[in-house]
Amino acid sequence: MQELFSSLKEQFISTFIVEDRWLQLVEGLGTTLLITFFALLIGLVVGSLIAIIRSTYEMNVKGRKAGRVSDYIIKVLNVICNIYLTIIRGTPVVVQLMIMYFIIFASSRNGVFAAILSFGINSGAYVAEIIRSGIMSIDKGQFEASRSLGFDYKRTMALIILPQALKNVLPALGNEFIVLLKETSVAGYVAVQDLTYIGNLIRSRTYEAFFPLITVAVIYLVLVLIFTFLLGKLERRLRNSDH
Amino acid sequence: MTTDDVLIKVEGLEKSFDGVGVLKGIDTEIRKGDVIVIIGASGSGKSTFLRCLNLLEVPTGGRILFEGTDITDPKVDINLHRRKMGMVFQQFNLFPHLSIMQNLVLGPIKLLNQSREEAKANALKLLERVGLADRADDFPNQLSGGQKQRVAIVRALAMNPDVLLFDEPTSALDPEMVGEVLEVMKALAKEGMTMAVVTHEMGFAREVGTKVVFIDDGVIAEENTPDEFFNNPQNPRLKDFLSKVL
Repeated sequence: MQELFSSLKEQFISTFIVEDRWLQLVEGLGTTLLITFFALLIGLVVGSLIAIIRSTYEMNVKGRKAGRVSDYIIKVLNVICNIYLTIIRGTPVVVQLMIMYFIIFASSRNGVFAAILSFGINSGAYVAEIIRSGIMSIDKGQFEASRSLGFDYKRTMALIILPQALKNVLPALGNEFIVLLKETSVAGYVAVQDLTYIGNLIRSRTYEAFFPLITVAVIYLVLVLIFTFLLGKLERRLRNSDH
Repeated sequence: MTTDDVLIKVEGLEKSFDGVGVLKGIDTEIRKGDVIVIIGASGSGKSTFLRCLNLLEVPTGGRILFEGTDITDPKVDINLHRRKMGMVFQQFNLFPHLSIMQNLVLGPIKLLNQSREEAKANALKLLERVGLADRADDFPNQLSGGQKQRVAIVRALAMNPDVLLFDEPTSALDPEMVGEVLEVMKALAKEGMTMAVVTHEMGFAREVGTKVVFIDDGVIAEENTPDEFFNNPQNPRLKDFLSKVL
C-alpha cells in the first residue's frame, strides 16, 4: 500500500511539478481555448453567410428563370458554396490542417494561425448546414407576414427569420462547438502545442502515461461540461417566449 | 364617382404555376371605402388573386394599378407600396419570438420611422379597440386563435394602410371564435376602411360587402351587389355553389 502511494506521488511530481510541467499544461489549455474560440467565430460567420446564400437560392431563385442580375450572383455564389461544402465535408480535418500548414502557409509556419483558419473553415461547413436547416424550418407564413408589412428580404431575414432559426438550432450548434473543441486536439500534427500535444509531450518525457493523459481527458471533459451548462442556461432563457 | 376613387385597378391579371394557369385574366377595381368579398370553390384561384394584389404572388400577366402606380412593373419598389396594403392571413402569422407589443410596433418603428413612444401609444389604442390591451406584454403563443387574429388585424392597422387584404381570416378558427374576429372586421368596414376579403362567411358578405365577386376557374364569373348576388345569381356555377354553401 505504502509502495503504491509513494509511486503515485512520484508520478504526480514528475508529471506536474518537475520543470513546472503544470504550467505547460496551462499554456496548452490556453492554446486550445484560443484556437477553439477564434475557429468558432470564423465558423459562425462563414456558416451564417453560406446558410443565407444557400437558403436564399433555394427559396427565391431555384427552379425559376433568372431574371435580375442579383439572381445570377446568387446562383454563382450558391455553386461556390456547394463546392466548398463538398470539399470540406468530404476530407478529414487533419488532412485539411496539414494542407493549410505545409502547403498554403508553407512560408510562414505559424501553426496556431493555420490551425485557427482550418478549424474555422471546417466548422463553417457544418454550421452552414445547421443554420440553413433552421432557416428552412421557419414557416413560410413568417416571410409573407414580414414582406406584407413592407420589410425587404434582408430585413425580413435579420429581424424575423434568423432570430427564430438560431433559437431552433441552438442545441445542434452547441453540439458542433463541442465537436470543434475536441477536434482541435489534432493540432499537434502541425507542431501546435495545444493541450493534447503537451499531455503527450509530458508522457514521453516522464515515461508515465497515466497522469498526463487522464489529466488531459479530465480537462476536456470539464470544459465540455461547463459549455453544456452555459448552453442549457441560454436555451432556457430563449425559450421563455414559447410558453 | 370619379376615377380618383379607384384604389386598385386590376387589368387582365394572369398567374400560372409551372405553366398551369390559376388566374386567367381578371379585371376588376376596388374603390375607396369598398368592401369586396371574394368567394369561390377551393382551387378556384381566389386566394391567389388576393395574394397577387400585394405581389406575394408575382403575376405572370396583366397589370395591377395601386393608387395609380403599376406595381407589377419590376422597377417599382414594392416594399413601399406594401406598407399601404395591410394583409391578414389565415394562419395569423404573428412573430412568435416577439411580444404582442413588439409585433405591433416593429413595422411602424422600422418602416414608418415612428418613435417608440408614438408607436406604442398608437398600438395600445388599437389593442383597446379589439379588447386586448391587457395582453400587450404576452407572447403570441399565449393567445387563443381568435385573439391572435385580432392582434394580426391590429398589426396590419398599425401601419395605417389604405387597404386591408384578408385571406380567409376565420378559416383556421374554432367556430366560437369566428364571431369576435368578424365583429372587428365589421367595425372596420363601418369606419370606411377599404377591404378585400376572401372568405367562406356568406353572412359577412351579405351584411358588410359592398360588392361580392365569384371567382371560378381563374376568372370572375360574376360580380354584383350582395343583394343581387345572393338573391338573383345568374351564373349556373354560382347557383350551384350557393346551393351548396347556403
